[in-house]
Amino acid sequence: MSGATRSPLSIVVHLSVLLLVALWTLPTAGLLISSLRDKDQLAVSGWWTALSTSTQNLVYRAPSPETQVERDGKFVVAGNVMEGQQAEVSAFGFNSREPAAFQPGETVQMNDGERLTVQADGTFEIVSDTRMEGTRGQRIFFTAAIPPRFTLDNYREVLRAEGIGQSFINSLTVAIPSTIIPILVAAFCAYALAWMRFPGRAILIAVVVGLLVVPLQMSLIPLLKLYNGVGAFLGVPAKTYVGIWLAHMGFGLPLAIYLLRNYMAGLPKEIMESARVDGASDFDIFVKIILPLSFPALASFAIFQFLWTWNDLLVAIVFLGTGNDELVLTGRLVNLLGSRGGNWEILTASAFITIIVPLIVFFALQRYLVRGLLAGSVKGG
Amino acid sequence: MNQLVFAIVTMLAGVLACAFYFFATNWILDAIFPSKGLSGAKASQNLRTTNAIRPWLFMLPALLALAIYLVYPVFESVRLSFHDRSGENLVGLSNFFWMLSDGEFRQSIFNNFLWLLVVPALSTFFGLVIAALTDRIWWGNIAKTLIFMPMAISFVGAAVIWKFVYDYRAEGSEQIGILNAIVTYFGGSPEAWITLPFWNNFFLMVILIWIQTGFAMVILSAALRGIPEETLEAAVIDGANGLQIFFKIMIPQIWGTIAVVWTTITILVLKVFDIVLAMTNGQWQTQVLANLMFDWMFRGGGDFGRGAAIAVVIMVLVVPIMIWNIRNAMRETGGH
Repeated sequence: MSGATRSPLSIVVHLSVLLLVALWTLPTAGLLISSLRDKDQLAVSGWWTALSTSTQNLVYRAPSPETQVERDGKFVVAGNVMEGQQAEVSAFGFNSREPAAFQPGETVQMNDGERLTVQADGTFEIVSDTRMEGTRGQRIFFTAAIPPRFTLDNYREVLRAEGIGQSFINSLTVAIPSTIIPILVAAFCAYALAWMRFPGRAILIAVVVGLLVVPLQMSLIPLLKLYNGVGAFLGVPAKTYVGIWLAHMGFGLPLAIYLLRNYMAGLPKEIMESARVDGASDFDIFVKIILPLSFPALASFAIFQFLWTWNDLLVAIVFLGTGNDELVLTGRLVNLLGSRGGNWEILTASAFITIIVPLIVFFALQRYLVRGLLAGSVKGG
Repeated sequence: MNQLVFAIVTMLAGVLACAFYFFATNWILDAIFPSKGLSGAKASQNLRTTNAIRPWLFMLPALLALAIYLVYPVFESVRLSFHDRSGENLVGLSNFFWMLSDGEFRQSIFNNFLWLLVVPALSTFFGLVIAALTDRIWWGNIAKTLIFMPMAISFVGAAVIWKFVYDYRAEGSEQIGILNAIVTYFGGSPEAWITLPFWNNFFLMVILIWIQTGFAMVILSAALRGIPEETLEAAVIDGANGLQIFFKIMIPQIWGTIAVVWTTITILVLKVFDIVLAMTNGQWQTQVLANLMFDWMFRGGGDFGRGAAIAVVIMVLVVPIMIWNIRNAMRETGGH
């Protein structure tokens, strides 16, 4: 496009786009990185420090004197303050007022005649000339440089204990039928509005365009009453999967009809006319010619509808229950925000599980999504 | 897992039932009014009858669903807004009078107007700037994909992402929210951003702008590409610089598309609910209409009258855009 010359202006363009991209991706990157971090590290340092070694002040309680062994006439309690983890001790101390008073390797005289040594790798020795008394172990304070630790523990925890796994299945249960069922219904209607002649067609198109923007809020209370009424009449629960599938279908139909009608109306007239001359009925034309040709528009709508039903919160909490077998991922996440507000290891992992499916759909089928957006918006919607 | 199987079975049953409906009704129609193998006059009359009926058979399921899920509720909501909390006793306009005197409602209206002023404007602005910039660089498509990505993320997911950005720790301890980390790095003191009255609205709006900019960018980028090369070349020959071309040639040509993007985001803003519910649930003076409506729907067992009245207010705000959309669509499809 603009020549290969590197003018100062083009550098400014590159830099500003880079800045914008960073602004738009960093929040999500922070979430993903945090969800993979060790939960103790996540709670005390920012995700941008995830790769650097973190310095933490820690306390370790040595085993009680009862575990002492006699060696060369001295009594020794030994072990490792890191308890098996990899880290480097940079300072240590034996009381809380001076937790970092000594360098690793030093041997320190403690108040009661015992001597403490802590090495850089965390091994320590408490040595005493006489038998040590008491049942409580000595507290050892130390400052350690802990290398970054990444783990899938957070994901394991939320999938099992926090009910995210169940909600994942619930979300799939809501989203898949809600995406597939309206397609056929909308396609027939769109064909009629695009290519069949009947009185009132223009008005119906106008109604569909109008319904595109009707706020969902208008439907909530009347439909809730209707569902309660139908449930009581038939003796079934008012909040069921079938109910939410139909609700999602109803709310998705205006966009589906509008997208598909625009697309079908743009197909060449000659194809249909020659088929009609050959004696094909409207039904044949639709099933054998229009439906296959409309695949790109059907795919666009399917992606929209899937993203919308998967990401929806409002319809799900109004028309589907909040029990364990019904709560969808978005609903579960809102609950966790309330109950586990400070536990970022749980929130970040749960949020990432919630957004991973739409992100996969997005990256795999972006072409159709863009096409659908353009068809739905540039042309007047 | 069982329920997933149940879902797929029901889905297949639903699709098959639809297919069966369309096949069966068509077959019956052709059987009652046959057009093949009959004499001329009778056949053409039957053909005319089937052609008049068939569109309605094609449309019936969709029209029924639209009527039940969208048309009927609009009228029912309006009716309920004149009734009390149970929806049984007529109370006239008292729900609307209640609104005018209710502080929380006025707060919501005020916040909604703030959202309406800020979010569509900034989303469209960023979308336009990014569309124009990325068209000039070789990695523009990668940049666009990354900026478009938040479109796929749910509002609740986005709320968690941004709550983490805004996370607050007491002064002196290490900040794990990146915003407070930056503020303290430059010597400021950390704030609990989402609890700062008035300004917290803007911190919530950032989330929607973050999501919607990608949408604006995709549409405006396509519109920019649609500008005929000749007009741009003519401007270059006449000595216009980059900024002049952008403001005097490009913007006027895509003005219609900008309006479409703006109104689409406006409608979304009027319905914004998930973000507020997840971030603050209306606390610290961040209430908006859609969340207030949801609140009244279930508060104290549910006040359907007031809930419906708030829904009607949202609807009234949407109506001008609806009319504008319909007029545009009629003009476009008028010839077809």
